[in-house]
Amino acid sequence: MFPKSNFSPLHSTFILLGALILLFILAPLLGMFFATSPQSLFETAKETEVRDSIWLTLWTSMAATLIFAIAAIPLAYLLARKSFPLKKVVTAIIDIPVVIPHSAAGIAILGFVSRNSVLGQMGSSVGLDFVGNPAGIIVAMAFVSIPFLINAARDGFSGVPVRLEKAALTLGASPKRVFFTISLPLAWRNILSGLILMFARGMSEFGAVIVVAYHPMVTPVLIYERFGAFGLKYARPVSVLFILITLSAFILLRALAKEKNKLKDE
Amino acid sequence: MNNMASAPLLRLDGISKRFPSFSLNGISFSLQKGDYFILLGVSGSGKSMVLETIAGLVSPDGGSIFMNGREITREKIQKRRIGLVFQDHAVFPHLNVLENIAYPLKSHHTKSFEKKRIIEEVASTLCISGLLHRKPSTLSGGELQRVALARALVQKPEILLLDEPLASLDTKLKSELRSLLRQLNRQGQTIIHVTHDYEEALSLGNSIAVMHQGKILQTGTPTEVFSHPKSEFVAHFTGARNFFRANYPEGTDYASINENISFRISSPGIHGKGYILLRREDIFLSLTEVDTSVINNFEGIVQEIVPTAVGYEVLVDIGIPLYSIITAESLAHLGLEEGKKCLTHFKASAVRFIPE
Repeated sequence: MFPKSNFSPLHSTFILLGALILLFILAPLLGMFFATSPQSLFETAKETEVRDSIWLTLWTSMAATLIFAIAAIPLAYLLARKSFPLKKVVTAIIDIPVVIPHSAAGIAILGFVSRNSVLGQMGSSVGLDFVGNPAGIIVAMAFVSIPFLINAARDGFSGVPVRLEKAALTLGASPKRVFFTISLPLAWRNILSGLILMFARGMSEFGAVIVVAYHPMVTPVLIYERFGAFGLKYARPVSVLFILITLSAFILLRALAKEKNKLKDE
Repeated sequence: MNNMASAPLLRLDGISKRFPSFSLNGISFSLQKGDYFILLGVSGSGKSMVLETIAGLVSPDGGSIFMNGREITREKIQKRRIGLVFQDHAVFPHLNVLENIAYPLKSHHTKSFEKKRIIEEVASTLCISGLLHRKPSTLSGGELQRVALARALVQKPEILLLDEPLASLDTKLKSELRSLLRQLNRQGQTIIHVTHDYEEALSLGNSIAVMHQGKILQTGTPTEVFSHPKSEFVAHFTGARNFFRANYPEGTDYASINENISFRISSPGIHGKGYILLRREDIFLSLTEVDTSVINNFEGIVQEIVPTAVGYEVLVDIGIPLYSIITAESLAHLGLEEGKKCLTHFKASAVRFIPE
């Protein structure tokens, strides 16, 4: 913290303002937690509809993260290492999902994967339907959360000294081997935090998912439905439950990542 | 000297490369197997760029590179069999010493017992056998340098490229690594060594190229480059117009340049064959015998007087050519002119001996 002598009126004001912001974030959440009885929480956790929905949300988001990482990580590498025409445009395109309204994104995706579209027809021919299907949820989640992974991985690759890659090349390694044994392990810390961020963002997505797939219901949609149909009181327990689960998943993954990096540093 | 009969191991022919703020222009030189080739120049002269071009990390805009008579200008980096040790080692931080050294062997699909043998051999040569399971972050600069060297050597490179390998080391480590490099070279390892330090160049190289602003100014043996600098820059950079091969026998404090001329040396140090360097500023001139503490006194004849930026350069023939720098006042006061007799004096401590 600040040494005492630095506690000018300005810094005191800043601390006060900061405390207000923290309160602003925590107060509604804590209010909701305290308004929910442990009993109602327990009851809600026993409902099949709720459990299926939470499970669906977790696995679709994980699947979206892992499937799209296969192409997102190489793209991040290109952005970090190569200069090419229109690179600024490409960088801007990647940030589009963050800035557009997610319901609008959902509409766009729906048009893209509906049964009349090229992708939809291709999917249909192999028995894969996107609309109202986990596949559609995965696409919607990936669309809105992929910038987090790409940007984190790009920062990770930028932090790897080019010299190390050059050294590996002069030691007889192919570019492929250099990528997998030098660039990827050294950028891994950032990539992992990008993956966690993408996973968390995907889980909490509502706007894009509800347009593409109202059913099967991911938990954010379920919360919305219960609120619309039965009101605030009925929507609370499932909200609390979902927040607890997403936060635990987030904390657990962070802890695992930290543990792994600690081992690597020894 | 290069043997003209056999094809050179490496030949650069007019290599050029343009960068926004810098360019390499017409870099040409060649070396034979077993050479210890020094690229000497101030920082920013393009030395490192030449190394990266040879290694294949930088592809030149013009010119060609030949290895054993075969063109390798566009050859893939990993096929060149050239080892490069970077100035700051570039040891992989996420791998331990053993994994670092073994890295090239995996690329070359070496059998595992063979791999073990090669690693043990190189590690013991470089005295790092005890460090194999350490992480790079726990090593000193000298140890990292050895690891980087070991890693480059396990792939048995045709040519070993070293970028300022001694720059970041303290004096003791410097002399250790210097003798290690000399030993590797004696065992037949061809080396190209980049440095800004002419003492390093003299003590290691059998062939020297002086680089400045992306060009090679002069190439030759140490004696050719230091005794007969072809340009003012080379003369200035090599720092010594007074440069002689000398023999400094064990147990004496005289280094003999030829049968008649020996210089007294005051610094104890390594004896043997080597080079003597004497700064022009350290040589005093007089017309008559003077009684001073100076031990080295030689009579000679003024051959040449040339004005320079810092006064006059006077060349006196004392049996060997000796250059002195004096001011305009001193020149007038002594009334020196070409053909006139004069005495030269310099202290024993001004004589620098650099062993070969």
